[in-house]
Amino acid sequence: MTVFIYIAVMAGVTYLIRMLPFAFFQKKIKSVFVKSFLYYVPYAVLSAMTIPAIFYSTGNMITAVVGTVAAFVLAYFDLPLIVVALAASASVFVTGLFI
Amino acid sequence: MRKKSDFMLGLTHGIPIGLGYLSVSFGFGIMAVHSGLSVMEAFIISLTNLTSAGQVQGVNVIAAGGTFLEMALVQLVINIRYSLMALSLSQKLDEKFTLPYRMLAAYGITDEIFAVCSAYKGKIKPSYMFGIIIISTIGWISGTALGAAAGEILPPSLTAALGIVLYGMFVAIIVPPAKKYKSILFVVIIAALMSIAVKYLLSFLSGGFAVILCAVAASALGALFFPKREEDED
Repeated sequence: MTVFIYIAVMAGVTYLIRMLPFAFFQKKIKSVFVKSFLYYVPYAVLSAMTIPAIFYSTGNMITAVVGTVAAFVLAYFDLPLIVVALAASASVFVTGLFI
Repeated sequence: MRKKSDFMLGLTHGIPIGLGYLSVSFGFGIMAVHSGLSVMEAFIISLTNLTSAGQVQGVNVIAAGGTFLEMALVQLVINIRYSLMALSLSQKLDEKFTLPYRMLAAYGITDEIFAVCSAYKGKIKPSYMFGIIIISTIGWISGTALGAAAGEILPPSLTAALGIVLYGMFVAIIVPPAKKYKSILFVVIIAALMSIAVKYLLSFLSGGFAVILCAVAASALGALFFPKREEDED
């Protein structure tokens, strides 16, 4: 039951974040600091969520490091998201066969 | 030949998003089941949230037994970017987009749907946006259900490999802009270093608060050292 309260909180907050500015507030943000801050947030969030968690994502540090390196190299060459994601996964799988 | 309706056009433009979501949410489904959630719970999370990073961290908070306040703050920080997208998109809406439609369509403001709507030439009609949202949501929830179901039956070697899918996607999102802009590279490195430090030195801090702390600090430093001028916007 508690799980559904968590889900309700999650969904409620996420919806309000989208809905309030979309439906009601239509003023432009003036502060350069606030605008810059909000611009950087997604990158900071994803970076903090990924590192170091990615190294624990497969249950084995060696396969995870191989997958991480694969992801970084392919992302560096601007490959599409899904290619990077699946190639990281494939390299984890293949490395796992040898461990 | 009859001109395509706006709804059909939206559906067509949403197909690539739906396919991408299908594969990414497959990874989410597996991850959710491995964190102890049921297939139904994973499905409901995807249906009611329609977002990747927020859902992943949300499941982590549930698995760690965090407080509801932590959950709310985590979602606020991770998803605050949608407010900006919503604001920007609201300037581009057709007059047919009345308040009830806005309240409905707000559900579907994601990074990808925002990108497609922003690129659309002209004012956005409700039927067009609903078309994109419907096909994207179908991809997102069916991928979740499939992944969650598969997570219960696939061999561990395969689910272990799929555990990295979402993180691989996050890497693919941050690396190209970090390569291009020094400011983003700075923010990304600060956030990563802080996250490592917090994990090993402040391990009493829960995962959700750790992400908030690192993201807020790194973004504030970024805003301080690399304030963004209007003309830098891409």
